[in-house]
Amino acid sequence: MSNTLLQFNSLAQLGQALSARKLSATELAQDCLKQIQDQQALNAFVHVDAELTLTQARLADAAIAAGTAGPLTGIPIAHKDLFVTEGWRSTAGSNMLKNYVSPFDATVVRKLREAGCVSLGKLNCDEFAMGSGNEHSAFGPARNPWDPSAVPGGSSGASAAAVAAKLVMATTGTDTGGSVRQPAALCGVSGIKPTYGAVSRYGMIAYGSSLDQAGPLAANAADLVELLDTMSGFDPRDATSAEQCHSVANAPGRIRSEYQSTNAQYAAQGAQPLKGLRIGVPREYFGDGLNNEVAQAVEAAIAQFEALGAKRVDISLPRTQLSIPAYYVIAPAEASSNLSRYDGVRYGHRSESYTDLADMTARSRAEGFGPEVQRRILIGTYVLSHGYYDAYYLQAQRLRRMIADDFQTALTTQCDVIMGPVTPTVAAPIGHSQDDPTADWLADVYTLGLNLAGLPGMSIPCGFGRGASGRQLPVGLQIIGNYFDEGRLLAIAHQYQQTTDWHQRIAGQA
Amino acid sequence: MAWEIVIGLETHTQLSTQTKIFSGSSTHYGALPNTQANEVDLALPGSLPVMNRAAVERAIRFGLAVGATVAPRSIFARKNYFYPDSPKNYQISQFEIPVVLGGSLSFFVGDTEKTVNLTRAHLEEDAGKSLHDNFVGPHGESSSGIDLNRAGTPLLEIVSEPEMRSAAEAVAYAKALHSLVVWLGICDGNMQEGSFRVDANVSVRPEGQKEFGTRCEIKNVNSFRFLERAIQYEVRRQIELIEDGGKVVQETRLYDSDRDETRSMRSKEDAHDYRYFPDPDLPPLVIAASWIEEVRQSMPELPSALRERFESEYGLAAVDAAQLSSSRELAGYFEEVAHALPAGQAKLAANWLMGEVSATLNREEKTITQCPVSAEALAALLTRIIDGTISNKIARDVFAAMWLGEHGGQADAIIQAKGLTQINDTGAISVMIDAVLAEQAAIVAEYRAGKQKAFNSLVGQIMKAAKGKANPQQVNDLLKAKLDA
Repeated sequence: MSNTLLQFNSLAQLGQALSARKLSATELAQDCLKQIQDQQALNAFVHVDAELTLTQARLADAAIAAGTAGPLTGIPIAHKDLFVTEGWRSTAGSNMLKNYVSPFDATVVRKLREAGCVSLGKLNCDEFAMGSGNEHSAFGPARNPWDPSAVPGGSSGASAAAVAAKLVMATTGTDTGGSVRQPAALCGVSGIKPTYGAVSRYGMIAYGSSLDQAGPLAANAADLVELLDTMSGFDPRDATSAEQCHSVANAPGRIRSEYQSTNAQYAAQGAQPLKGLRIGVPREYFGDGLNNEVAQAVEAAIAQFEALGAKRVDISLPRTQLSIPAYYVIAPAEASSNLSRYDGVRYGHRSESYTDLADMTARSRAEGFGPEVQRRILIGTYVLSHGYYDAYYLQAQRLRRMIADDFQTALTTQCDVIMGPVTPTVAAPIGHSQDDPTADWLADVYTLGLNLAGLPGMSIPCGFGRGASGRQLPVGLQIIGNYFDEGRLLAIAHQYQQTTDWHQRIAGQA
Repeated sequence: MAWEIVIGLETHTQLSTQTKIFSGSSTHYGALPNTQANEVDLALPGSLPVMNRAAVERAIRFGLAVGATVAPRSIFARKNYFYPDSPKNYQISQFEIPVVLGGSLSFFVGDTEKTVNLTRAHLEEDAGKSLHDNFVGPHGESSSGIDLNRAGTPLLEIVSEPEMRSAAEAVAYAKALHSLVVWLGICDGNMQEGSFRVDANVSVRPEGQKEFGTRCEIKNVNSFRFLERAIQYEVRRQIELIEDGGKVVQETRLYDSDRDETRSMRSKEDAHDYRYFPDPDLPPLVIAASWIEEVRQSMPELPSALRERFESEYGLAAVDAAQLSSSRELAGYFEEVAHALPAGQAKLAANWLMGEVSATLNREEKTITQCPVSAEALAALLTRIIDGTISNKIARDVFAAMWLGEHGGQADAIIQAKGLTQINDTGAISVMIDAVLAEQAAIVAEYRAGKQKAFNSLVGQIMKAAKGKANPQQVNDLLKAKLDA
């Protein structure tokens, strides 16, 4: 049986087929379950439960039959295993939580479920979202559908791989330092990290609390609109979620209506829809370390935006390099504290043998956490310690403010959006960094700044470059906006995707 | 050598909110273990804290009551340490910028008024409890149980300056603080249940020395009596140690009430590095001036204001006014009685409340709210003293009967039923005096020989004959007149 999802280019198209009852949500879910099984080599899913999925699909069919369906009813999705779910296990890719089942759904999971989405299960990821290749997972690495010897990116690696392999229509991911945008780029799909506070973090297993944001991944920008709009909104259970986005309430409808009004505005401008849009191109994003083919693809994409009427402005984000040390102090500091709760006392892994309480905690953590998690806990503990706090943590917070100020200067005085590469190279081979655990950290240079500043950003496919195995691998274009600009970013990306077809390329068929 | 004692207190006050400081679980005391702990209290993956406004409101109330600055913006921080009754393995507290800064508390130590400055008061969450009963672990080993019902109960930690100079001052401060937080309705004050827990920082220094000595912290003393004894023991221990040529080591000590001593718990060397940092899950606590004003408007009259009013309005002595304003209920009771009496008689009400009423309440282990004699009933009794119907002494017997509810607990009914009306009839009293004088010629002779004591003996005989009901003043006056005639 061929993959049903291959017949649909967009979520809207699939939604129409479902509401016209050309296929049922249950049939579709069954097909997705089969595709997941057929493509187990990708190691994308860590927990599938057909009964749970089919229960949701039957509810979707009932809603369609009753005429109460919405645009997402029956759409097959899957969640990064960083979101807690009732029913499915919630592991964060860790042995620590290998058998953990949450008594509640994450807010994001609940909202998508209530909107009628059918969940196919839980997706592999780097342990506690710490990693850039989905290699640091207790369930083994997930693979890139464009080249099984390559990483899919991380930490939401399998979230991107599952969309690229058409196992589901869309997925959820989380982005602490690039974990939605980077795998989206490396797997040739579209993904967005919204403004910090736009989406509730309740039920998202914490890594770096001041940086973590959830975002969706799908084939194209238009598909992301309905998903992000549904996921977003103020949540009284998350004190860091925004009640207001400028003067508009943070509630579903905000992103969709901004997307629609922006598109209408562009449409009114005829052949030059993006006329008046100023694109800032930071020179620091095109320096040493950027692969030529990636640079060319990104430049070509920017040229295409110019062809659509936008104006290119050279800008400078002088502290781009400093985002690496700032991030790798702040994120581990928060993580060291966030992960303290995993002590083997109340839930999660507990060592089989121990001598006393302290030994139980130490052994349980040593056995339950993988090396990358342990590395970051050690760093985080160190930078918060007496005598080092000022030199590391406070200094990193100062840098963070300066980096945010640099973005504000650019976005308020020079340009409307910022564009550049997401990653310096295309997807690397699995295992490439095992001898140098911090090599991957340097490759996060283009994505970290946004999280430090709390800004929204997305990645859309814009071309290909040669991977280590010789295969053509996707390249992503990063589009960064000012706070709560999600709807506008998606509209700009949509304009590009109207005139290009990179987002329609399918792994194995390119 | 003369030693000066230096004491500062840190008080953990459980705030009387319905729900926990960062979750919607109930704070009710005494439920079955772990039945009042939700995903936030259990620190389940993905759970997040959300500030309870009611706890902040109580902190503001306290700040206003002690004349402190309520910070317009304060920060929650994580205090990191591993302990199984702290489910996140960090405590959310306030570190660098607390919600309440400064302020002071005035109180009486005996007849002397003392004012102690406060350093700060900050909001934080309470830990759960470890139960060291004989639990058996999965491998048959002996284990401890964890009850997380208390985890996340809001605390206001109130820190004083090291300005107390004796155990008695420390106890007086703690009692005054206890009265105040109960008065304000921010804490139920139940010390048995741990609602009000005191840690004492104690050091000694040679009198006249400016620098503080090395201090020890005595943890979790749960009664005023134990606080006094713990400090006294600790002071003795430190002085003896120094006088024997030793040095006080900075450490945390536990008071053992059974053995009446303090014991070392942990020294500074193995003190934790708590790695405080601002909690990224909680935005800064911003308190608008309008909120503070709103709380100010809803505040009850403060004990200090009430004390001044009691002094000026009722002419009470400062110490009496302070005692009567130690609780809202007592003050309210007093005012109700005083208002029902003729002007100028408030002092009688005060004496009765601090005398007979307090003594009976203490003996029966009751509080003023549980007093079976209502303010109205007491006022009716005192009215009978004022109008001369009964003497103060007889009134105490009537009060005892009222307490027991005899004759509907009504003073007049009891006086009438028991025939306790004072005899104010000069003629009747004169007859009784004459009878006694006739019988006690020997004592009369003693009096005439200059023995003043004989006079008192004769008064006693007369009152006995009158069954205590004769107006004592009239007895005195008439007897004197007859003897000296």
